Order: sequence, then structure tokens, then C-alpha cells
Amino acid sequence: MSSTSIKIDYIKKDLPDIVIKLGYGLFALGLIVAALAYFTDPTRAAYNNLIVLMFLTSIGLGALFMIGIEYLMGAVWSVPFRRVMEVLAGVLIVLPIVAIPVYFNMHDMYHWTHHDVVMNDAILKSKEPYLNMTFFTVRIAVFFLLWIAFYFMITGNSRKQDKTGDQKLTTRNIRLSAIFMPVFAITLTFASIDWMMSLEPHWFSTMYGVYYFSGTILAAIAAGTFIIIKLNENGYFVKGINNDHYYALGALLFAFINFWAYIAFSQYMLYWYANLPEETFWFIARWEGSWAYVSGILIFVHFVVPYFGLLSQPSKSNASRLKFMSLWILFAHIVDLFWLVMPTYSKEGVKFGWMEIGFPVLAIGIIIIVFSMLYKKMNMMPIGDPKLKRGINFRL
Amino acid sequence: MSDKILHSITAIFDTPDEIIHAAKKTAEKGYKNYDVNTPYPVHGMDQAMKLPPSKLGYFALVFGLTGTLTALALMYWMSVIDYPQVIGGKPFFPFPAYVPVMFEVTVLSASIATVLSMLIVFFKFPNNNHALHDTDYMRKVSYDKYGVSIEAKDPLFDEEAVKKFLADIGGKEITPIYYDNEEINHKNVILEPKFIGLLVVAFIVVSGATYVMMNKVLFLPPYTWMMSQEKVIAQDDDSFFKGTQAMLKPVAGTVSREHLPYLYMGKPEEAAKAMINPLLPSEKNLALGKKKYNTYCSPCHGYFGEGDSRLRGQFPNPPSLHSEKVRNWTDGRIYHVIMEGQNVMPSYASQMNREERWATILYLRALQRSLNAKETDLQ
Repeated sequence: MSSTSIKIDYIKKDLPDIVIKLGYGLFALGLIVAALAYFTDPTRAAYNNLIVLMFLTSIGLGALFMIGIEYLMGAVWSVPFRRVMEVLAGVLIVLPIVAIPVYFNMHDMYHWTHHDVVMNDAILKSKEPYLNMTFFTVRIAVFFLLWIAFYFMITGNSRKQDKTGDQKLTTRNIRLSAIFMPVFAITLTFASIDWMMSLEPHWFSTMYGVYYFSGTILAAIAAGTFIIIKLNENGYFVKGINNDHYYALGALLFAFINFWAYIAFSQYMLYWYANLPEETFWFIARWEGSWAYVSGILIFVHFVVPYFGLLSQPSKSNASRLKFMSLWILFAHIVDLFWLVMPTYSKEGVKFGWMEIGFPVLAIGIIIIVFSMLYKKMNMMPIGDPKLKRGINFRL
Repeated sequence: MSDKILHSITAIFDTPDEIIHAAKKTAEKGYKNYDVNTPYPVHGMDQAMKLPPSKLGYFALVFGLTGTLTALALMYWMSVIDYPQVIGGKPFFPFPAYVPVMFEVTVLSASIATVLSMLIVFFKFPNNNHALHDTDYMRKVSYDKYGVSIEAKDPLFDEEAVKKFLADIGGKEITPIYYDNEEINHKNVILEPKFIGLLVVAFIVVSGATYVMMNKVLFLPPYTWMMSQEKVIAQDDDSFFKGTQAMLKPVAGTVSREHLPYLYMGKPEEAAKAMINPLLPSEKNLALGKKKYNTYCSPCHGYFGEGDSRLRGQFPNPPSLHSEKVRNWTDGRIYHVIMEGQNVMPSYASQMNREERWATILYLRALQRSLNAKETDLQ
């Protein structure tokens, strides 16, 4: 009965109105832009919508992955702010709604959906058993279902623990996480292949799933870090969360920045070395005309700047540096997705306009609204978790 | 035992919370030369002791960047300056291929140099003597107790005050530690001539052994096994088809695809009458002819066919190709000379194929007309 002996004097504070207003404001703005975009240029809007979809998948699924890893590893330091990750994982619920407009515009985006094209193309014909509308729909539906099911099961147990303090719920979540890990690996890989890699159905990369995964985790940790530091600075947690916790978050960010660079470079270098025309055309499309600038910028935005920004030991525990870098990395992830998706839409060069700004605004609005709505329903700290006290006392 | 010098005053604590508290108090009091000894790393100790962040990271940064640049410079020098070679159709400076090597060398040099600089700069390796060694205090703090030692060289040090202070913060077994001056290495041993001499000797032995191994020993038996491999060498006896060479001869009667039999062996007059040049004096044919003429003919006949051999009189100089006799020969007659040779000149049938021979003749005609132009050329 150690759970009752732990006393946490956590008092829940309501989020300030400004956050909720900001969320609805951004959401409304983004929605107007999206509606206008679909009205004027539905194809371009759908491509932008796909970027939003993959960005929200990154945040939601990455956050759920972080929760699962925490349970599986028995991590202690992240327990006090696991709720933030649970709330972020709630983005998974809205994913099917975001996916609907993309789904109905797929005919204009994915040329493997054209029956006559597929029949006259030996490569696409041999891929047809996998890349066809029926199987695609089933897959995507199953992915959404699995993600949302695991979200409700894992966070449900965690929330129940607030009231009961039952340690068995932790054990149950560990088991659930163990099942979730392979499910996560497979569904994330195939979701990235289905939504993004099949934009160029002739091209293939066995590293594509890992590449998207590296960006996913980075985006989820960055979003979490920003919110955690903001909440902690304004006293939404209990006292005791300090620079040591920040350092752990910063080190995780730094590690995944390197991981992303490692994967991105490995993928590029293998294709560069083998130099086979059926593989290189994907990179050539991103290295010609104005796309070369985006590729170059991506290296700086996604690797060089955050790498040197978080290299030194003090910078990893510096709150303002971490907040800036978190937002920077979220921006970098959008650039990354833009780089992955948009060359299929505008092969001749970069097209950047109000749509490309408006849709990310919509994504941020959605995240804030989901956050503030779920925030009302739960404590911001898992007060029944047996590891909470140790987590708060975590020191390097 | 009279020359014992006071090193420090030590105190023992029982729990990690106590030692953190003690470290905090000691730092607050303003002591600079003190240390905390625990049997394992205690979380939060750095902050309690108010230690600045470690400088070790800068060593790692500097040595890591040195490794990166060394790897880049080494590969650049090898494959761009010293021995440029096309590998896999890549440019001489294939940067993406360099990145993994640069990465590995960075990690390697940064980690090795960090460990070495930690040992040598921070731990003063190989100085291995410390006044606290072999004391009862050290025995306890490396087993199940925690200890603070305040050193006598601290500017605020005062024996009685320190003892009182340690007692106030809850320390037990407050003991002074003494040491013999001779026991302690005050100089850094790494700078001693003996140690440096050892390094030099080790360097000479290792590099000498490597040189001998790579350049001498590998060419002695039994290390020659790489040279005697189970493979067929062209001029060896064949172990499978007995009595033949490893490089088998073609089946009797085999001809190559473009082979045409030469019908006029030993019949120059017939050759002169029967053969005409099948090639037109086009730019392409003349270029081919020029190349072949300069390769095979010019060593003796000279670049312009004037018989000025560049072989410095090792052979009798051939006659000029601008003589009236050669100018009046038909193309077929010249072709015959290339096929059969003449006087000292050997046959060039195997060096040039049919098309190349005729092209060479076209070029020779152009050379001849450059000295003896027809009237039509001058109009």
C-alpha cells in the first residue's frame, strides 16, 4: 500500500483563457484558409492537407510511443510529465477527420490510383496487389483503429490510476506497451509508405519508414518539451521539476537530431553510391531547380542549427534555449514533410504561398484545441503513479 | 615520522542525504580545496558542491574536430592530389563517400582523446599516489560510508575551525590525514625523461617492426602463401588438359569475326593492281589515320614521312615517303607493304586492322600532297 503513503500536493490549475482563445483563433484561421484552398485549387490543398495529416500523426503517434517506451523501460524521470505526452497522443483521435479530404482527392495525387496507367505500366502492375484502393482503404482504417484503440487503453489505465492508485494498472500498461511496440513499428512504417512514399510509386526505399520515424519522435519530443517547460514555468506541476529533467529532455532531443541526420544521410548515400536510375530519380527531383534550395535548407534547419544549438551541456538544461529549439524542430519537421511530399506536386520548382502557411497554422490550432479540451478532463500529473515521487526527485 | 605534513581533515557521514547536506554546507562556507568521497556516484552532488560544468567537453570538441579535419585532409590528399583514380564512376572528390569515414574518425579520436585527457590532465595519470590512499578514511568511503575531506592548502583552512565546522554539520570520526613529503609525486610524471624516453622507444620499436613486417617478412616463406594461389596463370602448364598451356589455343580453323583472308602474300604487283582504298578521305578517317600513323609509322618514318627516325640510328633510317617511287605507288601497293613488311620493316598486320591500315594510307597521301601538291590544290 505504498501508493497511499506517497503524498503529492498537486492542485490542478485551469489553463489561461488566452491559450484556448489562441487555439480557436489559429484553428478558425487555418480552417478558413483550408476551405478557400479546397475551393480554389483542390489538388494543391490536398497535398498540403497530407502534410498536416503526417505532422499530426507524428505528434500523436510519437507521443504514444514515448509513453510506451517509458513503461517498457521503467523510466522514472519522465513520469511527472507523462500526462503531457498522453494529452498530445490525443491528437490521434482527430486523425481520421483530417485524412478524409486527402482520401477523397487521392485520384489527383497518387497516379497508382489510375487504373489505365497501372495496366500500361509493368512496374505498377506488379505492385498492384499492394497498391490498390481497396487494400489501401482497409490498411489505413486498420491503422487508425489500432492507434486510437491503444491510445484509449493505455491512457485510460493511466487516468484510472489517479483515482485508485492501483499498481496493477502500471503492470497492465507495461504489457499493453509491449504489444504496442511491434504494432507501432509496423503501422508507422506502412503508414509512411502508403501516404507519402506511394506518391512516387516507382520509387522505393527500405529506409523510408525509419526516416519518417526519426522525424516523428523528434517532433513529438519537441512538442512535449515546449509544453512541459511552459507548464512548469507557470506552476502547473508541483515543485521539484528542474534543470535535471530539462537536461534529460534536451539530451533526448539532441540524440534524435543525430539519429535523423544519420538515417537521412544513410538513405541518400546508399542511393548516391549505387547510382541506379530507378532509385536516384527521387533525389534528382529534389536536387534540381529551386528544390535544391529546399534540400540545402533542410540540412541546416533540421540538423546543423539544432545540433550546434543543443551541443553543449548547459544548453540542454537551459529553459529558454530548449523552448526555442523545440519550436525550431517542429518547424524543421514541417520543412521535412514539405520536402518529402511537395516535389510530387510541383516538379518544375518550389511553389510556396498562403496555402503552405495556412495549413500548418491549422495543424497547430488542432493541437492546441485537443490539448485544452483534454486538459479539462484530467490532472496534469499522474498522481496515482507509484513512480511519481521518485520521478520528481530525479537528479542527474 | 617527524616530517609528516598535514594534508586534510576528514569526516565520515552515514547516509547519502547527510553527505549532500554536508557538501552544500561546505560549499556555502566558502571552502575551495575540498573533496567528497562516496562509494558510488550520488545524484545531485555536482550542484551541492557548486561545481562548474566539466571542461572535458571542450577536449572532446577540439579532438573530435581535429579527427574530422584529419580524415578529410588525408582522403583529399590521397584521392585528389597524390593518386587521383576514378572509383565506381565517382568524381575524384566524392564527398558523400568521405562522410562515414570522417564520422568514424571523429568518434574514434574524440573518445580516445577524451579518455586520455581525462586521465592525464584531470586525474594526473600516471601519478598514482595521493595522501588519502591507504587510510582508514578511504577504506570506509569506498565501502559503505560517505566522507568529506577539507585540504590544508585551502586559504580558509584553520585546523580547529575546520574540526568544529565538520562536527557542526554532523560529521563523525573527524581525523587529520598526514603524509610524507617523499611519498607524493609533486611533478607530473608524464614529463619525466624516463617516461618520454619510453614513449620514444615504443614508437621506434612499433614503427620499425611494422616496416620490417610489411616490407621484408611478408616476402619470406611461409608468408608467401598469397603469391602461390590455386589459380591458373596463362603461360603455366594446364593441369586439366595435359600437355597444353593454361591459356588454350582456339580450335583449328577458327577465324575472328572481322577477319578477311589476305590473298596477295608475296605478290606485290597483283596487290597493287587489285586493291583500291575503300575509305573516303573524310575528317574522321583522316583523324584515325593520323593517330595510327603517329603510333606505328612515325617512330621510323618521322611525323611527316621524311624518313627522320627518332630511334637515334638504332635501325637503318628508312627512305623518305615523299620519293617519286612511293608517290606513284597505288594504295594497294602501300597496303601490301603494311601487310608484309619490306626489307627491315616488319609486318604491321597484327597491330592495325583493315580499316586502320586504309585510313593510315589516306593520311600518308595527305602528307605527300602537303609537299608535292597537285596543280588543282593550288587554285
